[in-house]
Amino acid sequence: MNIIEVEHFSLSYSDGTEGLRDITMGIPANQITVMLGPAGGGKSTLMRAINRLNDLADVISMNGRITVDGLDVNDPKTNLVELRRKVGMVFARPVPLPLSIRQNITYGLEVAGVTDKTILAEVVEKTLRDAVLWDEVYDRLNDPGVALSGGQQQRLCIARTLALDPKVILLDEPTSGLDPISTAKIEDSLQMLKQRYTIVLAPHSVQQASRTADFAAFFLQGELIETADGKDLFTRPKDKRTQDYVEGRFG
Amino acid sequence: MKEQTPLSERIITRSIQVAGYSSIVFVLLILSFLIREGAPAFFEVPLKELTAIRWYPIENYFGILPLILGSLIVTIGAALIAIPAGVGTAIFISEVAPQWLKEILKPLVEVLAGFPSVMLGFLGILIVSPSLRKLLELPTGLTALTGALLLAGIAIPTIVSISEDAMNTVPRSYREAGWAVGATRWQTIWGVTLPAARSGVLMAIILGVGRSIGETMTVMMVTGNAPVLPLKWNSLFSPVRTMTATIASEMGEVATGSTHYHVLFLIGIILFLISLAVNITASAIVLRHPKRAERILS
Repeated sequence: MNIIEVEHFSLSYSDGTEGLRDITMGIPANQITVMLGPAGGGKSTLMRAINRLNDLADVISMNGRITVDGLDVNDPKTNLVELRRKVGMVFARPVPLPLSIRQNITYGLEVAGVTDKTILAEVVEKTLRDAVLWDEVYDRLNDPGVALSGGQQQRLCIARTLALDPKVILLDEPTSGLDPISTAKIEDSLQMLKQRYTIVLAPHSVQQASRTADFAAFFLQGELIETADGKDLFTRPKDKRTQDYVEGRFG
Repeated sequence: MKEQTPLSERIITRSIQVAGYSSIVFVLLILSFLIREGAPAFFEVPLKELTAIRWYPIENYFGILPLILGSLIVTIGAALIAIPAGVGTAIFISEVAPQWLKEILKPLVEVLAGFPSVMLGFLGILIVSPSLRKLLELPTGLTALTGALLLAGIAIPTIVSISEDAMNTVPRSYREAGWAVGATRWQTIWGVTLPAARSGVLMAIILGVGRSIGETMTVMMVTGNAPVLPLKWNSLFSPVRTMTATIASEMGEVATGSTHYHVLFLIGIILFLISLAVNITASAIVLRHPKRAERILS
């Protein structure tokens, strides 16, 4: 079953560059959907269109429809705050909020009106365990979030996203700045998390894509070239351009 | 082989050295002059009289307490007005205003920052003070509050300009992180952007308020210049006199070398120490050794 439907979605930026051209795809629930392709292909743009972070970029025109769980995201009546709670996002560069480790996780809940200390404490422990970070930070939850290492910061950002109990988690090259061990930890936690959440991942390498993908989509210069289940995209690509990319001939 | 430096290089190096050292020498000269002229006040006037509450130099009453408190009340009043207004304006320009408005407002604020203070005092006498008198039904519109309002006008552009710069340097990704956890725009500004720009905003406040402590012209024109101890609940609405205004108005007619003359220099030293404290605090904040985490982040 698809939780996100993208129908004939196009988007262009104000500097004249075309972000996305007529994209149609579904994103299946409780799977890891991998969006791969060279830089500038439109992966980030599509992700940011799903939780409407593009609102603040220089977008001049948008056409088509994106629905998340039946909700039209571009409907003017859509409550952005609710949409973003439903669709969490983790960025390429870890961005801890300028708060303590604990507050980084509780911030989203607190602005949503949750004040019960026991609930907050439970969420902090549970999400940090889910993000495979608990064992490293449980004794210093009041330290500033920025005091963690890069890999820990990124797992903190994942935990922060989980705290809101979203339906979908968008990860935009979450491991691009990380060492192999941190990367492996994050990939492990994604495998575990997909049972409860839908995961959309822009991987930072083809290897990572083929390791993690349940469903894969290949983007090139704002166009969706092809989608395929599981590992098919990597082993039996239908399009010549996809084949060239996954075999490392460009990109 | 002996190292050859071209003559022109040596001349340039020397002249830059002279320029650099001379600015240090000038500051030291000013300081030593201040101390030489101000220190005798301690021997001529007993400390008990200096800290008395009556400033009436013609009859040898040299209590500088009303002047110090006058400066403080006006400056604190100005800070209370200027900090929320200035930081608020900076937030508006940096986070809320659309691009075209931002491009008009920012240069406008910077022009305001260079506005001659005597003109502001002029506006104060002509507009602010009469309207305050009518509005609050005071016997005179030349009060501490008038001075505080106008000093706030001097501090605000500095605060706005510097804190806006600080908020502008907060990476966009911080704001996106705030929005991505479902915070509204205002919650993101308050919980993420402002804390991230903290040191810059603090610096802006200190520089802005620091500017208003040393300001002379405006306060001399609008505070009424009455050296009264401002301790009653309504002192904000009565005339006061600041340290700067005292020096500016009395220095011209004092006999060189007299006690009065020395006490005026003593006030100058006190003013200098206050400014020094403010500046040291400011640079301590800016030059603060960055923490490990902050270095990694930047």
